[in-house]
This record gives sequence, structure tokens and C-alpha cells, in this order.
Amino acid sequence: MTQASVFPAPVVPGLRNLLSRYAESTMWLARYMERIENLARLIEVTSTSVSATNMDAGWDSVIRINADEGLFFQHHETATERSVVAFYIIDANNPDSIVSMARYARENARVLRPLISTEMWMHLNVFTRWVMELGPNDVGAGYLSSLCTRLKQDCQTHFGITEGTLYRDQAWLFYILGKNLERADQITRLIDIKYHTLLPSEVGIGSDIDMSQWTSVLRSAAAYHAFRRVLPEGMTPANIVGFLLKNDGFPRSLSTSLRSVYSVLGSLAGEYRLRHCAPIIERVEELRVTLAEQTVEDIIMRGLHEYMDWIQRELRQIQNEIAHAFWPPVLSIHSTGTGRMEQVQN
Amino acid sequence: MKTAVQAAGLFATYDIPDYFCELLNRGDSPPPDLQRVRDRLARFDLAELRRRAAAVEAQFYRLGITFTVYSDREAIDRVLPFDVIPRVLTAAEWDHVERGVQQRVRAINLFLHDIYHDRHILNDGVVPRDLVLGNANYCQAMVGLDVPGGVYVHINGTDLVRDRDGRFLVLEDNARTPSGVSYVLEDRQMMLRLMPDLARGLNIRPVDEYGPRLHRALAEVAPAGVDNPQVVLLSPGIYNAAYFEHVFLAREMGIPLVEGRDLMVEDGRVYMRTVAGPRPVHSIYRRLNDDFLDPLVFNPDSMLGVPGLVDAYRQGNVTLANAIGTGVADDKAVYAYMPRIIRYYLDEEPILTNVETHICAEREGLEYTLANIERLVVKPVGESGGYGLLIGPHATQAELDEFRALLRANPANYISQPVISLSVSPTLCPAGVEARHVDLRPFAVTGRDTWVLPGGLSRVALRKGSLVVNSSQGGGSKDTWVLAS
Repeated sequence: MTQASVFPAPVVPGLRNLLSRYAESTMWLARYMERIENLARLIEVTSTSVSATNMDAGWDSVIRINADEGLFFQHHETATERSVVAFYIIDANNPDSIVSMARYARENARVLRPLISTEMWMHLNVFTRWVMELGPNDVGAGYLSSLCTRLKQDCQTHFGITEGTLYRDQAWLFYILGKNLERADQITRLIDIKYHTLLPSEVGIGSDIDMSQWTSVLRSAAAYHAFRRVLPEGMTPANIVGFLLKNDGFPRSLSTSLRSVYSVLGSLAGEYRLRHCAPIIERVEELRVTLAEQTVEDIIMRGLHEYMDWIQRELRQIQNEIAHAFWPPVLSIHSTGTGRMEQVQN
Repeated sequence: MKTAVQAAGLFATYDIPDYFCELLNRGDSPPPDLQRVRDRLARFDLAELRRRAAAVEAQFYRLGITFTVYSDREAIDRVLPFDVIPRVLTAAEWDHVERGVQQRVRAINLFLHDIYHDRHILNDGVVPRDLVLGNANYCQAMVGLDVPGGVYVHINGTDLVRDRDGRFLVLEDNARTPSGVSYVLEDRQMMLRLMPDLARGLNIRPVDEYGPRLHRALAEVAPAGVDNPQVVLLSPGIYNAAYFEHVFLAREMGIPLVEGRDLMVEDGRVYMRTVAGPRPVHSIYRRLNDDFLDPLVFNPDSMLGVPGLVDAYRQGNVTLANAIGTGVADDKAVYAYMPRIIRYYLDEEPILTNVETHICAEREGLEYTLANIERLVVKPVGESGGYGLLIGPHATQAELDEFRALLRANPANYISQPVISLSVSPTLCPAGVEARHVDLRPFAVTGRDTWVLPGGLSRVALRKGSLVVNSSQGGGSKDTWVLAS
């Protein structure tokens, strides 16, 4: 005798399904760690590429990439290295700062402690505590590069431990989903904001400054050496944008991230028979098709900014549909707890 | 007076206390196994022991074994102190404790069934009717409800102390949601990692069976007719003081840790929200107090519970462990009647005796307490965690007067007990290895039968001379070794 149920029996007998709250936290843990790594990368590259010329030029683009103009200029007159670095690393009032994201990552990790490996928790515990204790003395110009290196390396250590220890079930798939959605979002932001710096200015055509701007954009996406291997002679703005958007071998390109999102959703729908995946898969597939069918020249001609903007809106829509399908809001007094994460879900 | 045994090495400066000490002052020559532990420990030098203690601390910090202290909101992530010198029990001592705990759990479950059904024990005048029916923890929703296997207390913690003669005495029962078992398992792991040379070759009873045993018990008491019951652990969430333990136990059992918002009740059945939609839940190990379980029945402001849970429970569609309303059994006033309760239901003498207890609700008890307050420990009956108690011999005149007034104003709220000369255990302290008072909380798991985790949580009062072992008030823990032979 078994209990009668108002809900259908599981399609895959014996399959243990992931708690919705765990799925949500897994996804956001991955997103925050990926976001921290990207921001650390961007700050490091900005600090090294601007120091040759004007100390403070280039820092405003960090603010624009994160769409933080409003909050930043409430408290600061101009975007100097000192003010931007403090705002993005140690300012706890900035929800997009590394210290805030470390706190969110930590909260998600605490939620996930029953699920994740002890090694994952131990590393996140030490890492997030360290970040949360960073102060003004840790972000001075002389320490910035090594600080960013350590932040980056800790994120990479986290991904390595996760890859090596997290059990491969739905939680793993939601983790990969979050990581790749974040990467896709970050690369389109980077291209959108940095593209103008790739264009030759009237005074500086062919000069050393241009080349160093181009390499710095590639470096902030960890793409410099990969790009050199693929296109040793072709350092043009269009080639750089094309590489970051469409190269299927580059781990952080938009096409690679979308391919991964697509395949993970396919596994959730197939292996785990989760309903509600189909419309999300369709949306991702459409993104992939528009990307594959256009050359980078077409994209630039039709308006790079508009295209990046559309992709970001679509990515947000995908995130919302995933949330709606797998952790629908609870319509009662019990719907609490996720406000902060959604707040920074730009 | 007992003669202190010859100490050497690490214990050369150990000031043999005038208390029972399992390792160094037993009143007889220690059994060979205990002697071996002592000899090995004696060969450690103090610096080496400190080096290992520091390594333990670093490990615990990294793992984030934390304990929120209620009175210290800032110290959210305080590390629970762990002492590297184990507390050791012989096979014979453990056999006695184990049988005593099993007997007590049996009596508690029979008592709870009785007071929620026919109330024989009240009708026969063995326990005062008011004490039970007027108890704040007596739950009307439990009246007449049959729980699977007649088990109300699935997880029980019995706080034991040893007196000057080494006799085990029950200090209190914890029949609601006893905590601390995760420290037992973690302490053991840490101990074997850091002191392998101390444990090697000794036949120490393992503790890692706890998770599977608990899971099996919770599955055994699931509603009848469910194959492969889904067991979950219900936690108040990441800001709860014992969240670490909830995580630990969920992992050890391989079950989901859920919060109230993860569960829902539909048609009198409980479901958890998963990525595949609602999935049935049959057995809930809840680490949430009665008041918070169901806003429809108890505290309507509770955001932590599950609306409709009690209804599902009353329909027999889900099992709660522990049952609701078990707090009557671990009430400090009911405790005083526990020896009579054991005799009443089991027709046996209690294997573990109570500490002598004066019930201030009774005239003789109150008068005795007022007359002897400077020699007694006075405890409020409703509190836990060592809060709000008076230790007469350590109190100032003003504190004594204040408590006399409290006693006269509300005598039923208090019991008193003589100060027990708690046993001590050698402990690594800032000044060297010194004697510190300890207690013992064995954990009993009851499904179809009762299993007691070998050993349990040994808490140690780290402050010199202190008798308060609670972790919220400067207590630490020790690994507890039960020798198999």
C-alpha cells in the first residue's frame, strides 16, 4: 500500500530530486564566484593598462560595465583609481563590490553546506572570511595587482575543487548553468563597454597605445594568448569582438557559454525529466542561431550595442524563466530570503 | 581520603584534585587499558601537546564548526573549544550507563503515552496532576493521538555527572531537541587525525554509526505502509545557533535539510518543493521547537514552520521526531519524580539515580531550600543552557537574598539540588595540564528499539573551579572514549 497523492509520481523511480532552494543557491553561488573572478580580472587589467598614461583614465568604464553610475556618483565626484578600486573591492554598501559578493557567496554556501563537499565549504569559508576582512590598506596601488591575482586564483581554486568533488546530479547542472549564464553576461558587458576603446582615435591610429588597449581588452577576458594562437596577425577590433563572441574553442566566449547552457538544460529535461525546460531551451537555441548566422561585421554594422543589449535582456529572461520553473515563488507569508540576490540580478 | 596515584611526565605538575578523576584519582588502581592511556599521555611533552592543540584549532576554524552564543550576537562564528586530552570510560562503566539510559528512555516514552491517553499515573497519584496537565509543555493537540510504535522521544540526551565516588547521577533529561551529537563525531575524527599515536592499538568503540542508526530509526517510525520513506531534517535555517549540527546530521544521514518554506501541506499530506515539483515527505527529524512548528496551531507569527503540519501529523500521514509535547518529560520538576516514574511503569529500580532534588512547589522542598540556600544549586524549571541558576556556595549575599525573594514569589518555578563535587578530567590549560570539571551527555536513538551512541558528549568547564559546562557559558568539549574491553 502506498499513499495516494495529489501530485504525480516521479517519472524516474528512485530518483532523488533536488530541493528548489538548493538549486537556486547552487546557481547563485556559481554566479557570484564567476562574477568575482571577472571583476578582479577587470580591475587588474585596468590598473596595469592605465598606469602608463593617465593614472585615472579607464576607470569610468569599470563603472559603466557594471551599470553602477548612479550609486557611484552619489558618493564620488570623479572616477579615480583610488575611488573605483575601493568602491568595487571593499565597499560593503555597494552590492556589486567583491566584499558584498563574497558575503552573498558565503550565504549561499551556508545554505548549501548539506549538499556541497567539505572541501568546497572549507575553501569558501576561508576565502570569504578573508575577503570580508579586507580594508583600505589592502587595496593600495602597490598591492592591487597581487590582491587581484589572489582573488582570481581563489575563484579558480573554487572551480577546481567543485569540478573535482561535487557530486554529478542536478545540483552540478544548476551550478554549470549559473556559471555559464554569468560568463555570457560578463562577456557581452565587456564588449559593449570596451568596444569604443578598440576603435582607432584620430590622434592615435596605429600607435602603441592602441595596441595596448586591444591587448588589455583581451587580457581582461583571459583571451590574449588564445587569440594570438588563432589569429596571430589579425589584431583588429572586429576580429577581437568576433573572437570573444563567436569562437567555439575559447572557454569564455559567448558561443561557448551558450552551448553549455543549452546542453545543461537538455540534460535536465532528458536525464532528469524535469518539466518546463522546453521554452527555455527554445530561447537559448534562438540566441545561438542569431549568433551563428551573423558575421561579426554584420553585427557591428547593425549596431553592436543594440545586439549586446538584446542578448543581456534575453539572458535575464532565461534566468527568470529558470527561477519560475524550478523555484517558483511561494505565495504565502513564507516567501522570504531571496530579495538580496534578485536585487543584484541585473 | 583516597590515595592519589603516582603521576609522571605530562602529569608531573598535575595537582591531583580532591575529586573523582577517571584518569588519575579513581580510588582504586585503574584497569590496564586506562593505565595504558595514562602512560601514553604521560610521555607527551607539554610543548608537543600545545602544538597539536593549535593544529586542532586551525582545523576547526577552517571547517567553521561554530556555535552562536545568544548573549554574544557579534560572535556568530565562535569556535567551540576542544580539549585534546580524551575522557575515557571503561567497558564496565559504559555497560552501566547504557542500560541506565535505555531504561530511562523506555520509562519516558511510557510516561508520555500515558499522560496523553489514560493518565493512570496521575489517577494513581504518583505524579501530581497539575504538574503535568498544567505544564507549559503539555500539548492538547497530542491528547489521544497514537504515534508509531508508541515512540515519542526518538532522540534523547541524558545529562550525567559523577560524584566524589565516581557514581553516575542523572542531572537532567533532554527529551525535546537535544543537541551536541555532531561534536561527538567531529571530536573523534579530529582526535584520530591529531593523536593517532595515543589511540593506536586501543579498542575504542566507534561513533560513526550514529547517522545510519538515526536514519534507520526515523524510517522505522514512518507512517505504516510507506515503502522507502522520505526522511528530512527540518531546521530553522542558517542563522540558528545549531545550524552546523543540522547540516552535519543531514549529511551523515544522507537526507535533505529543509526549512519550513521548503515544505507544504496539501490534503493533509506533507511535501517538499523540489525542482521536479512537490515530493512526499514521511518522517521529519525536526530541530524546531514545538511553538514554531505550525503557525495554524501554535505561534501564529512563526515564519519558520509549516502551516498544516500538525493536522497532517494528527492524521498519521507524517511522523515528527521528537513528537510534540515531549517537554513535559524533561521538565526539571517532573525530573524529580523520574525514579518513581521508572518504578511505576517498569517495576524496576532505576539503574541511574537522580541527584537529590528538592521540589520548591512542595512546602518541605521550599523550606529546605530557603534554609540551606548557600549550600544548594537553585534552578528555574523552565530554562535550559545553564541560564538563570544560582550556585549557592559561589554566590554573594546579595545574590542569595535575591534568590530567596524569587523563591518566595514563585516557588513552583524552582527546584534545588546539593552541589555535586563533579568529577574532573585532566585538561590542557594555559598554565599546563590541570583538572577541570566534566559532565557526560549520552545520546539514545529509539526506533523499534533503543540504541545508545557509545560515549556521548563530554563537556568540560574550562574556567578553573567552574561547574558550568554549557557551551554558551565558556564550556568546551572532549572526545569520549569507551573502551571495548
